[in-house]
Amino acid sequence: MAKYLLLKHYRGAPTPVNDVPMDRWTEQEISAHMQYMHDFAARLEDTGEFVDGQALSPEGTFVRYDGEGRPPVTDGPFAETKDLIAGWMAIDVDTYDRALELAGELSAAPGAGGKPIHEWLEVRPFLTAPPTVME
Amino acid sequence: MEEHRLRTLTPSVIGILVRRGADFAAAEDAVQDALVEAVRLWAIEPPRDPKGWLVTVAWRKFLDAARADASRRRREELVEDQPAPGPGASVDDTLQLYFLCAHPSLTPASAVALTLRAVGGLTTRQIAQAYLVPEATMAQRISRAKRTVADVRFDQPGDLATVLRVLYLVFNEGYAGDVDLAAEAIRLTRQLAAVIDHEEVAGLLALMLLHHARRSARTRPDGTLVPLAQQDRSLWDTRLIAEGVELLQTALARDRIGEFQAQAAVAALHADAWTAEETDWVQIVEWYDELVRLTDNPVVRLNRAVAVGEADGPRAGLAALAEIDPTLPRHAAVAAYLHERDGDVATAARLYAEAARQAPNLQERDHLTRQAARLNAGPRD
Repeated sequence: MAKYLLLKHYRGAPTPVNDVPMDRWTEQEISAHMQYMHDFAARLEDTGEFVDGQALSPEGTFVRYDGEGRPPVTDGPFAETKDLIAGWMAIDVDTYDRALELAGELSAAPGAGGKPIHEWLEVRPFLTAPPTVME
Repeated sequence: MEEHRLRTLTPSVIGILVRRGADFAAAEDAVQDALVEAVRLWAIEPPRDPKGWLVTVAWRKFLDAARADASRRRREELVEDQPAPGPGASVDDTLQLYFLCAHPSLTPASAVALTLRAVGGLTTRQIAQAYLVPEATMAQRISRAKRTVADVRFDQPGDLATVLRVLYLVFNEGYAGDVDLAAEAIRLTRQLAAVIDHEEVAGLLALMLLHHARRSARTRPDGTLVPLAQQDRSLWDTRLIAEGVELLQTALARDRIGEFQAQAAVAALHADAWTAEETDWVQIVEWYDELVRLTDNPVVRLNRAVAVGEADGPRAGLAALAEIDPTLPRHAAVAAYLHERDGDVATAARLYAEAARQAPNLQERDHLTRQAARLNAGPRD
């Protein structure tokens, strides 16, 4: 088993095929999308492959240490060009191909016109603890 | 015995152990261990005297732990000198536990966790699941909280306002997993109301009951939010409403108004309207004025602007909104609603989309996105 992170972007990913913002969809299309996402997660829980899923607010700030006794320096909200994560789903699957297959399914979630969004998702392997047997 | 009835015994059993000389942290651990054993054994053979059983087992657990810790001689000596079974002062003990667990030296998150465990009798795992953090994290939070209050004397008077604040926080977390936090908060507030006669405790309990009464009308089967005005009021729990209203009336009759009574009064006025149109918005505005006077809370001002919009029209609501800091959470959502009522659909749609981006949770984001979508779809029909 290996864990992968499926990352969804507000910004920074290539433009999806069906690129219409959600507030321009019909309410039925929004419902269909939500149902698809919900069913997808439920199915992964059933197969024992679901680890975690979270959504993030689009608002974020860069922060860094600014020296002893000084408050941290903040920069942001992010400039328009920056990569912006919208949320993630962590999965635990047998193979890399399975991770790609699931990401493909998630990307097929319906959007405007009830057609798949074809959204670009990023698949990132987790770095895990070293195995007991290495030689 | 059902698990939640078993858990109601938790604070008084801890209290008895403390009176016998156990320190709070050790007593709390021992009672948790006894509860776990009770859940396992009572299913097979329930005891005749559940509380007596818990006291006996918890005390034994405490002794075992004390003996195992050889460095703690003092406690061992205490053990040898075992006192008679504690006096029946469990009402005071329960109240003292509320005060201790909501002690002002604790952060809100710590106070909530400690209250749920020591007063509510929930396990660390249940609390961790409810707040979506790892069990080890919650265990640390609780043990740090216990260390923080280790030097607080068990018999010194506590601060009721912080207790109410903690219970309100638990209630507002609602439902997130196996543990129904709203129901748990109601149970703990009922238990508090049983040991202290105070109008704000009654006010908080009334507030919780009146909001809980609407629970099944508040979401659709698919999980989407239903705004108050569109709720199917026949789904409201009339029994809870009646209880909440009666509690509130008794509290208000004392003429010592507080913020929870005032909030409950707003909820009671909503509960009193069979349809959204029948809502007495003029009186609701008056209660919000009272709340502004009591708390000067910007969130209250925001809610007041909505009420003014209903009582005196959307322009009046927008005028009230203009005096409120626009960076406040949900400001854009309120502005969107008032602009839509005022007939400015384009502005409302833009503001709903903006409000969705700022939404603090997925349900609200979904709801606000749908509002924007509904208005954007309008001209196409």
